[in-house]
Amino acid sequence: MSLLLVENITGGYGGTDILHGVSLQVEPGEIVSIIGPNGAGKSTAMKAVFGLIAIRKGMVKFKNQVITGLRPDLVVRRGICYVPQEHNVFPSLTVQENLEMGAFVRNDDISGEIGQVFELFPPLKDKRKVPAGNLSGGQRQMVAMGRALMLKPELLLLDEPSAGLSPLFIDLIFERVQEINNLGVGILMVEQNAKQALTFSHRGYILVMGCNRYEDTAENLLANQEVAEMFLGG
Amino acid sequence: MPEILQIVVYGIVLGCIISLGAIGVSLIFGILRFAHFAHGDLMTVGAYFALFGVAVIGLPMPIVFPLAMIACALVAAGIDRILYRPLRRASPIIMLISSVGTALMLRSLVQILWGPDNKIYQAGIELPISLLGLKIKPTQVTIVLGALALVVLLHLFLHRTKMGKAMRALSDNMDLARISGINTERVIFWTWVIAAMLAAAGGIFLGMDTRLNPIMGWRILLPVFAAAILGGIGSFYGAIVGGLVIGIVQELSTLFLSPAYKPAVAFAIMVVMLIVRPRGIFGGKE
Repeated sequence: MSLLLVENITGGYGGTDILHGVSLQVEPGEIVSIIGPNGAGKSTAMKAVFGLIAIRKGMVKFKNQVITGLRPDLVVRRGICYVPQEHNVFPSLTVQENLEMGAFVRNDDISGEIGQVFELFPPLKDKRKVPAGNLSGGQRQMVAMGRALMLKPELLLLDEPSAGLSPLFIDLIFERVQEINNLGVGILMVEQNAKQALTFSHRGYILVMGCNRYEDTAENLLANQEVAEMFLGG
Repeated sequence: MPEILQIVVYGIVLGCIISLGAIGVSLIFGILRFAHFAHGDLMTVGAYFALFGVAVIGLPMPIVFPLAMIACALVAAGIDRILYRPLRRASPIIMLISSVGTALMLRSLVQILWGPDNKIYQAGIELPISLLGLKIKPTQVTIVLGALALVVLLHLFLHRTKMGKAMRALSDNMDLARISGINTERVIFWTWVIAAMLAAAGGIFLGMDTRLNPIMGWRILLPVFAAAILGGIGSFYGAIVGGLVIGIVQELSTLFLSPAYKPAVAFAIMVVMLIVRPRGIFGGKE
C-alpha cells in the first residue's frame, strides 16, 4: 500500500490550471524528490496534496483513503505535515511557541516531541525563548521543520528546504532530512538543488509544464544522460 | 506646575479608556486585517449593558461589570457570525464599510432603547481625595487600576494559554496557522470575545468618568484609532502606549485650545504619524 498516491491531478489557482495530469507516489519510508525547471508546477503539486489549491480532476489518496481537496487543518490530522518554502515560521512567537503551535490539534503532553526536535536540531535548544523572527535563515528552517514534526507525521512535505541557505546549512538541513527519514517518516520534497537532492532520495519525478516527464529511481535519473543535461545542469 | 500634573492625571484616566478600545481594534486588525469602525459603538453597547444592570435590575457595579463584558462579547461574536464571517474573503474595504453599517445599527439600537439623553450610573457628587496636591476622584483610581488589571490579564492570556498563543500566531501568519492545523475560526471567535470584553470595560469606564449617551462610543472612536495607529496597529503593547499618549496629549491641549478641539488633536497626531512613521512606534502590521 502506497503512503501517498496522487493520480492524474489537474488544477491550479483560480481559473488557470497549472497542473495538467500530474501523478506521484510515495511508499512508506521513502524520500521522493520532485525536480524540474521554474514554473513546472512542483510547488503547486505539493500544495495540491495539502488541500491548498483547487483540484479539478484526479485523486489524492493517503494510506488508501481519498483526501482530495480536504481542508489543510484536516489533512494535518491524517498525518501529513507541510513546510512551505517561505514565511514558514511565526516570527513574533518564540521557538518553543512555534513548536507548540505545530501541535495545536493535540491536547496531551508534548514535552517529549519538543525534546525530540531539540535533539534533532540542537542549536534550537538555546534559542527556545528567542522570537523565531530573530533567527538566521538556517535556524528558521530548523524551526519550520521542527514545527511540522510536532504531530509525528507519517509524511512530510518539504518545499525547497535549502532555498536561500548557505552551502554549510544546506548540507546540514539535507542531513537532517535523512535523519527524519530514518525515523520512518516518508518525505516528498521539491528541490532546486536537484543533483544534491537526488543523491539521498530513493526516487525522483521530473515535472515539466505541469506534466510528468520522467520518473525513476534516483540512481537511474542521475545516470540518465538526457536528464543530467536538461535538468541537473550537465 | 500642579495644574499641569492635574491635567496629566485626567489624561492618564482618559488614556486608559482609549487604550482598552485601541487594544481591541489592534487585535482585530492583526487577525482579520480590517479597521473595525463599530468598535466605538461596541463600547457604547457595553456601557449601556452595565446601565441596564445597575439602573434597571439594581445590581451593584462590581457584579454588573463582568456580566456586561460577557454580554458585549456575545453581541460581538453574534455580529461576526452573521455579518463579518460571510465576508471573510471580501476585500478590507467591504469589511470596513460593513463595520460602519454595524456601528450605525448599534448606535441606533441603543438610542431606540434608551433615548438620546445623557445618563449616569450613580447620582450624587463624588468627593476627590487630595494626594500630593492633586485632586483624584475614587472613580479615577478605579478606572486606572481596572484597566491595569485587564491589561495584565490579557498579557498572561496571550503568553500563557494555548488560545492566546494561537491568536498571536494567526496575527503573524494566517496561512501557516491553517497549515499547522489551527482551527482559525475558533481563534477568530475568541479574538472577538476578548476585543469586545475590553471594549465593554472601556465603555463602562467612560460612562463612569463622564456620562452615557448613544454617541459616546462614536466620539471616542477617532482617539481609539489614533492610539492604535500611533502604537503600531496590530501591536498589543503599542495600543496601550498609544492610548496613554493620545489621552495625555488630548487633555494637555486644553491648556491652549478649547476642549472642543480634543478630537482634532488626536486626528492631527494620527495624520502626522501616518506621514512620518506609518508602522507606528512599535512597528505593527502593514
